[in-house]
Amino acid sequence: MSTTTAPAPGASQEDLARLDEHWGERPSIRSWFSTVDHKRIGRRYLVTASLFFVLAGISALAMRTQLARPESNLLSPQEYNQLFTMHGTAMIFLFSTPMLFGFGNYLVPLMIGSRDMAFPKLNALGYWVFLFAGLFMWASLPFGAAPNAGWFAYVPLTDDVNTPGLHMDVYALGLLFLGIATTAGSINFIVTALKLRAPGMSLNRVPLFVWAIVVTAFMVIFALPALNLDNAMLFLDRRFDTHFFDPDAAGNVLLWQHLFWIFGHPDVYIIVMPALGIVSAVLPAFTRRGVVGYVLVVLAIVSIAIISFGVWVHHMFATGLPHLSYSFFSAASTVITIPSGIQIFAWLATMVLGRLVVRVPLLFLIGFIVTFVLGGFTGAMFALTAFDQQVTDSYFVVAHFHYVLIGGAVFPILAAIYYWLPKITGRMYHEGLGRWAFALVFTGMQVTFFPMHLYGLFGMPRRVYTYRSEPGWDVWNLVSTIGSYVLAAGLLLVLIGVVHAIRRGRPAPPDPWGGDTLEWATDSPPKPYNFPVLPQVHSLHPTWDEASRASMGDDATADRTLTDGRRTLLTSELDGRRERVVEMPEASLQPLLLALALLVFFTALLFAWYPVALAALLAGAVTIAVWLWPPRRPEEELGVVS
Amino acid sequence: MRAPDLAAATTTEALTTELPVGRSTGWWGMVMFVATEATLFSCLLGSYFYLRFQHGGEWPPGGIEQPKLLRPLVMTAILLPSSLPMIWAERGIRRGRRWRLRIGLAATLLLGASFLALQGTEYDELLHEFTITTNAYGSLFFVITGFHGLHVLVGLAMVSWLLAASLRGGSFGARRHDRVRNAAIYWHFVDLVWAAILFTIYLSPRL
Repeated sequence: MSTTTAPAPGASQEDLARLDEHWGERPSIRSWFSTVDHKRIGRRYLVTASLFFVLAGISALAMRTQLARPESNLLSPQEYNQLFTMHGTAMIFLFSTPMLFGFGNYLVPLMIGSRDMAFPKLNALGYWVFLFAGLFMWASLPFGAAPNAGWFAYVPLTDDVNTPGLHMDVYALGLLFLGIATTAGSINFIVTALKLRAPGMSLNRVPLFVWAIVVTAFMVIFALPALNLDNAMLFLDRRFDTHFFDPDAAGNVLLWQHLFWIFGHPDVYIIVMPALGIVSAVLPAFTRRGVVGYVLVVLAIVSIAIISFGVWVHHMFATGLPHLSYSFFSAASTVITIPSGIQIFAWLATMVLGRLVVRVPLLFLIGFIVTFVLGGFTGAMFALTAFDQQVTDSYFVVAHFHYVLIGGAVFPILAAIYYWLPKITGRMYHEGLGRWAFALVFTGMQVTFFPMHLYGLFGMPRRVYTYRSEPGWDVWNLVSTIGSYVLAAGLLLVLIGVVHAIRRGRPAPPDPWGGDTLEWATDSPPKPYNFPVLPQVHSLHPTWDEASRASMGDDATADRTLTDGRRTLLTSELDGRRERVVEMPEASLQPLLLALALLVFFTALLFAWYPVALAALLAGAVTIAVWLWPPRRPEEELGVVS
Repeated sequence: MRAPDLAAATTTEALTTELPVGRSTGWWGMVMFVATEATLFSCLLGSYFYLRFQHGGEWPPGGIEQPKLLRPLVMTAILLPSSLPMIWAERGIRRGRRWRLRIGLAATLLLGASFLALQGTEYDELLHEFTITTNAYGSLFFVITGFHGLHVLVGLAMVSWLLAASLRGGSFGARRHDRVRNAAIYWHFVDLVWAAILFTIYLSPRL
């Protein structure tokens, strides 16, 4: 299928040896902790997020087993509350976004033809903070102190009177801690995509996946502060007796919901958007053409991001707000389906106009379109206030958002795993195993969640640990439970496929799919410096275009090889004009130290050891001060007059 | 000269001898950080107005007096102009004048520290009347002003750090001053936020 071969070496053996010397890392325990290589960090994000996915998935299986028949006693109500809260919180915060950021971390520098992220040390910090925050939250479960009031943690249920104990403190502090990683990662993506693109990659030649990641990062920048503030207020109310959410002292419980959903609705797109970017990245290789309507898709991505900040009240249609605001948010929620529709039709048109190559990644994309459209359809139903008020807090809602999130995020993530596995591991996966995995995941997903529409409409509320036998509830609940085991078996096959590929897979060529973006123009797996010669980009599909490929081979120049030191290129924000060469930081233990200081800080806050928290904060500040301390340079180099 | 060498010798980079070309990654990083921080303060001040208008009754509630104006106005007169020596210092180091950097930073440090000292005296007085636990107004007042005070403290830490680095020598010059520029952006931001807080907390209850 692929007509391309390994890129003609534009760099001499001598150049390659020098690049290896500057970028290579000898395997050692120290380098394991100090690495700043975006590929190693990206892989860690993927593995860690998958681990949290497995934990959250096992929680879901436990719940489905409990609900298989009425009045079952497998789980106590207290355990059930913690499981559904941790399932939701982990899937949203510890799996979806970090998993997609993992792909972004690995792929963005490769796709834009750079040697690393803009801030490699900050990148390492982001990973450690994510890991520690995830462990911080999951560690509470064995002690029976896990969050237990639902992933959106409404007050007054979550205040210190109604939920005493550490449960919701773990939630508030854990998410604040994690927020540092998400914000740092987002800033890094934005700056990387603005400044580190290969020369010639003007904005209209940026791959759609990179667009999606950058727009997502902008949404994080403007949405996450609302969640952080909300959690800070919740923690202050619970621990230090402030009254933000206390109506008896001029506070207001709805403040929590407003701030939460000002973050929460953009967050739906923060999760789905990079996944849609994956769809746009994977499709060209399996349709043998570029995505139809590039400009329209970019505009759709950007407008979804903007409109998503104006729809949050549709999560609050049952709270008794003024009717005018219902009408406004109902209209906005309807409008946002238009750019989403544009993307779906662009992909369908790409598939119609292209020549389909039916491999596992494409199967998952088709699964994505079917499932996501069904989820979008029920979503459009919620935009009608009257209908929303009928089904709010029922299993119908649970069905809807699992169609959106499994369809819109998990299927593209699975497509991405199969698609980029050869690039990341240098090994091909087993096609037959992958097809079985797809069949089981797709069937399991539909069998689990479609019946939830039905028993939701029959009146079954969400978040109940058990139920009395009711007509229509019992059978369909059992069907859901059976489906969830099929789904789990499918996901297990995915895992087996990955392990099998790493251990037994045949070696992958640099470009097994004939892909169009730059990551396919380098080795599988890429060398630590990504590209021996940084490309000069001439089109939107550089790997499909002779001139761009030749720029890394026969037309290579020394000013794009940059062999003296760890160096990469800065280019201008809009046109990708070459600006200057910059030195990239070396491996360092500082990111890990800072993340550890933060872990101590949040743990100390949780257990009310305030002097320890203060000491940890100071240790963190000292680490930052040392991290950023300017190296001493001769005055002539600095340019000092007096 | 071969064609690629000629191309390399005539790029913007090769022809520029004075200043680094284009915005640095650090500049963009700081601007994005300030953007997310500004959103945080917007949410905080938005919460103030939301609670105030949802409360509906007398504001401040619970018999708390209107905030006094004189001291916050003096604090404003100290903090807002503290950006000027910072700008002067930054422009100085861009031309390689290290003494201007040192004096400018020291002046900003002094002004910022005076602001915090005045805020300390204000807290000292107000805490007799109401605290963070009195009611939602008390929570808002101390969390908003305290959070801003914390930002001033962080800004002052940055300024002291820059001052220490510039006193050591070998740190900054006409061609290396990214860190000064980025810390300056943060400091200007902290100043501007104070203007929004002055309006929200001290002036708006009188409107």
